[in-house]
Amino acid sequence: MHELSIVSSVVDTVTESLGAYPGARVIEVRLRVGVLASVVVDSLEFCWGIATEATPLAGSKLVVTMVPILAHCTHCAADVALEGVRSFRCPRCGQPCNDVRQGRELDIESFEIDEIDEKVQA
Amino acid sequence: MTTRIVELRQGILKKNDELARGLRDRYTAAGVLVLNLVSSPGTGKTAFLERTMRDLRARGARVAALVGDLETDNDARRLAASGAPVRQINTHGICHLDAGMIDRHLAGWEGVELGGLDYLFIENVGNLVCPSSYDLGEKIRVALLSVTEGEDKPLKYPTLFNSADAAVITKTDIAEPCGFDRDLALRNINEIRPGIRIFETSSKTGAGMDGWLAYLEEQRVGRP
Repeated sequence: MHELSIVSSVVDTVTESLGAYPGARVIEVRLRVGVLASVVVDSLEFCWGIATEATPLAGSKLVVTMVPILAHCTHCAADVALEGVRSFRCPRCGQPCNDVRQGRELDIESFEIDEIDEKVQA
Repeated sequence: MTTRIVELRQGILKKNDELARGLRDRYTAAGVLVLNLVSSPGTGKTAFLERTMRDLRARGARVAALVGDLETDNDARRLAASGAPVRQINTHGICHLDAGMIDRHLAGWEGVELGGLDYLFIENVGNLVCPSSYDLGEKIRVALLSVTEGEDKPLKYPTLFNSADAAVITKTDIAEPCGFDRDLALRNINEIRPGIRIFETSSKTGAGMDGWLAYLEEQRVGRP
């Protein structure tokens, strides 16, 4: 259960980036999480409310896109999508394939903000 | 109000990964082989390390260990009996070690310099999920599995076994009374991490330790 520390890192990183947009309100934060990242999405969402409380991200929404596993099969000379995490075999030829090219991601993709219009402010 | 999307495309664990890269460079420069041992609680990581450190010291190797634990220093005290330098890392409820903890405990470790070591073992917190996300700069991640745990552990915790460089089966001396299905366990490990080196050991009798120690030596000498 390390989702709270992961979510806290997200809050810190977004808060730092917000320095460039004074007064902005965060609406949404988008993550890309690989199937092999050892992270439970429900727990991320559960922790989001707690971790964003009393921060500039309070009230924002967390949107998680799961990234499937792609592994390189030397036999087929191609990157192949694995059907699950319980077998690292090429679904085409059945040979073991362990060269994971995608599926370990744990990234902040982007965040969406409402900026105060400078003209209105003036 | 204007709505704007700010692209970040940044790793959430970027700080950990940067620290881990720095540690890896330091380990390489110092010529020390660093291993990160991960398993469930009760697999026998500490007993396996006690045996490994004792046997390596008997062969003249310079070894040390950093030991992660939620609260106690019981494991560190057990390991220190080998005579090797051992330092406890109490995580106070955090379920894994991260690169920052390693960095802080290497600094100010009295009498221990990375350059004076051949092997540094990091015993992670007993947990098969969270430690897999945190790079500690190690060269070899070792996943341990005991014969009492069930042969399907690799299938239940694929992210950890898939990220391991070596697998160790412990407590083989009690495999038979436990009804341990060796072939099935080996097959499951290979299903999740095809081609991984697997060592079948007993910390009690010393069975399988020769192969494990030979692997350590080969990895240390062959380091880049």
